[in-house]
Amino acid sequence: MPFNRKPQKFNTAINVVEIGTGDKAIKLGGASVFPFYTFDGPIGNTAKVGVEISDMGLEGEPAGVKAYYEGCTTMAEIAKKAAEMPGADFVSLKLEGGDPNGVNKSVEELIAVVKEVVDAIDAPLVIQGCKNAEKDGELLAKAAEACQGKNVLLMSAKEENYKAVGAAAGLAYNQKVGAESAVDINLAKQLNVVTTQLGVKAESIVMNVGTATVGYGYDYVISTLDRIRAAALTQADKMLQMPIITPVSSETWGVKEATADEADAPAGWGCVEKRGISMEVQTAAADLVSGSDAVILKHPASVAAIAKMIKELS
Amino acid sequence: MALTGIQIFKMSPKKNCKECGSPTCMAFCMKVAQGAVDISACPHFSADAIAQLSEATAPPMKTIKIGAGENEYSLGGETVLYRHEKTFVNKTRYAATLCSCMDDATIDAKIEAAKVVDYERIGERMFTEALFVNCAEGTDAAKYAEVAKKAAATGRPVILNTTCADCAKAALAEIKAAKPVLNAANAANYAEMNAIATEAGVVLGVSGTSVDELYDTVAALEAAGNKNLVLDVTMDTIKATYEAAVEVRRGAIKNNDRTFGYPSIVNVAKLADGDVALEQALAAAFTMKYGSIVVVSEMDYAMALPVFGLRQNLFTDPQKPMKVAPGIYPLNGADENSICLTTVDFALTYFLVSGELERSGVPVNLIIQDAGGLSVLTSWAAGKLSSTSVSDFMKAEVEPKIANRKLIIPGKVAVLKGDIEAKLPGWEVIVAPLEAVQLVKFLKDMQAAGQC
Repeated sequence: MPFNRKPQKFNTAINVVEIGTGDKAIKLGGASVFPFYTFDGPIGNTAKVGVEISDMGLEGEPAGVKAYYEGCTTMAEIAKKAAEMPGADFVSLKLEGGDPNGVNKSVEELIAVVKEVVDAIDAPLVIQGCKNAEKDGELLAKAAEACQGKNVLLMSAKEENYKAVGAAAGLAYNQKVGAESAVDINLAKQLNVVTTQLGVKAESIVMNVGTATVGYGYDYVISTLDRIRAAALTQADKMLQMPIITPVSSETWGVKEATADEADAPAGWGCVEKRGISMEVQTAAADLVSGSDAVILKHPASVAAIAKMIKELS
Repeated sequence: MALTGIQIFKMSPKKNCKECGSPTCMAFCMKVAQGAVDISACPHFSADAIAQLSEATAPPMKTIKIGAGENEYSLGGETVLYRHEKTFVNKTRYAATLCSCMDDATIDAKIEAAKVVDYERIGERMFTEALFVNCAEGTDAAKYAEVAKKAAATGRPVILNTTCADCAKAALAEIKAAKPVLNAANAANYAEMNAIATEAGVVLGVSGTSVDELYDTVAALEAAGNKNLVLDVTMDTIKATYEAAVEVRRGAIKNNDRTFGYPSIVNVAKLADGDVALEQALAAAFTMKYGSIVVVSEMDYAMALPVFGLRQNLFTDPQKPMKVAPGIYPLNGADENSICLTTVDFALTYFLVSGELERSGVPVNLIIQDAGGLSVLTSWAAGKLSSTSVSDFMKAEVEPKIANRKLIIPGKVAVLKGDIEAKLPGWEVIVAPLEAVQLVKFLKDMQAAGQC
């Protein structure tokens, strides 16, 4: 008796969300099967890879990242170079300098960076906040205003500030809203529910359901992604059918496997940059097969490898 | 089709004798239905009923053992497709690649390199568990056997990857006692390879050029009486391999197709073909998507640290939180004069807190006490984190070793400050911020103020 295939194809699909404008615009989502199950049915738009840059410039970046951006002195130059990175589909600007517990740059100063970046590139832009919900509420709302007509995605709309971010990005300036929750399917759904109640269209929401580095509580990430994708497809849960974007590099380059210099690390660990790339690549690969529609990376080697994996699997 | 507890209960003796360890027959049948206990635990089921039930209650995926002695590993035996549905049971094992095409010096170097990665992470030993021995086209059987022997001398299970019958025989003659896998059968040669594997008493690896061909070959081998198999799902392309890995596991577990109820091998070294970062990506992807053995070209720390961390997370039982061992963890070069900071033993909390502490660069003694593997608020609510538990632990374990008398407690249990101070004379208790991310600034400020 030959093998009896039983495809898991569903009569529903992940929402399609477009980011950016013109030829370089990208679409996230659209799958009506589990991640990369091309043999079951249409996987929709292929998963996308973003390149993360920071308002803090290249300070503290790994050598390979610095080398890639060599000669770039302004944020506009860095952004352009990021958009050209082989394998990159979009650019993600992280406004980490705004953190009140860190450098605490003013909102005006950061908005100037946002303008510089968004004007410099044709590629779609995804803006990440500074991790402080209160400041992000103001910062991201202003960023939405500054990027009018560019159809950018503003991440970091959390439970605490979704009203400010959602109203500005989703309602006033017609941008896309990134709903960020902390590795829990119920929190993710709740945030989508209240954001849509605010008047933001479900088709304008992308979820960041939380992220971790492999080995660091990543079990919760796996199960959250698995369960969200299962609910979206098998139960056609409209409030969980938003595409998922996962910032990877901001987590993976902070753990000791990626930061301990060869001299300080345990014997045999070898070159720190190679370890960092592997942490980034493996976390991204795991995110993608669990249901992320986009990942945000930063090392050119990681971007190339993940773009290739996506191409091979799609 | 799996039976429900009620269906099994109808056939049970209904004696409630408790000999199986369950309080009632009903409870026992429920456990059997879930696969938690084997039906043979009940001495009173009639032979008839057992025969009827054993087929229906047999696990959908066989557990196959490879290797010998302390290096024997169980593969497969999974009952779910996603970890949240229950738990994964037999973790993915990793094999480094050797080839008969390499010269002796290279082989020796590769074997030594495979031993380099060996460390412990949250109570689990992480190392290259197996060796995968490729057989180059036209290899002399004696040469192949020699490489196999060298690989087996490491004590690790060996996977003999050859389609040459003479090479297989020669290698097995040397190392069959170590219970290697003979990854050799395909649609063309399965009858011959089946005889060789069966005679040597080893697991036979089966491959195919498509999912359907693989299925037919496994069916033919089962018909020939061999159910001691692993399935090499590696195909020509990454896409086809992903399809095969998913179809095999899903066929077995979701669709109860026992022909695919075997563990799988995924050779990511072959798929990546020298692209190091792509190989790392694929190792992670196929750890997630159903590789029982993942073959890498070599296991260095860059590959190992993330992939073993991923595996540890993936195979954690969702019902049992991961815990770190209680004790004093000196960070950033802390010594007996450095400030103390305490939190719970829940692995996620530990990693978050220790990560932020390391980032601060301030020398700190991180004190982990037994809180039942729960998070700060949960363990406090459950009474496992209390002023008494903290003060007892500090007195017994910390006071004899640490001279500093400042203790930082989690911001979420600020309410404990007074009680702890009362129970720990001589200590100054400081309340940390609510969130771990705020620790960096908090500690740096303390350092700047000369408080630690």
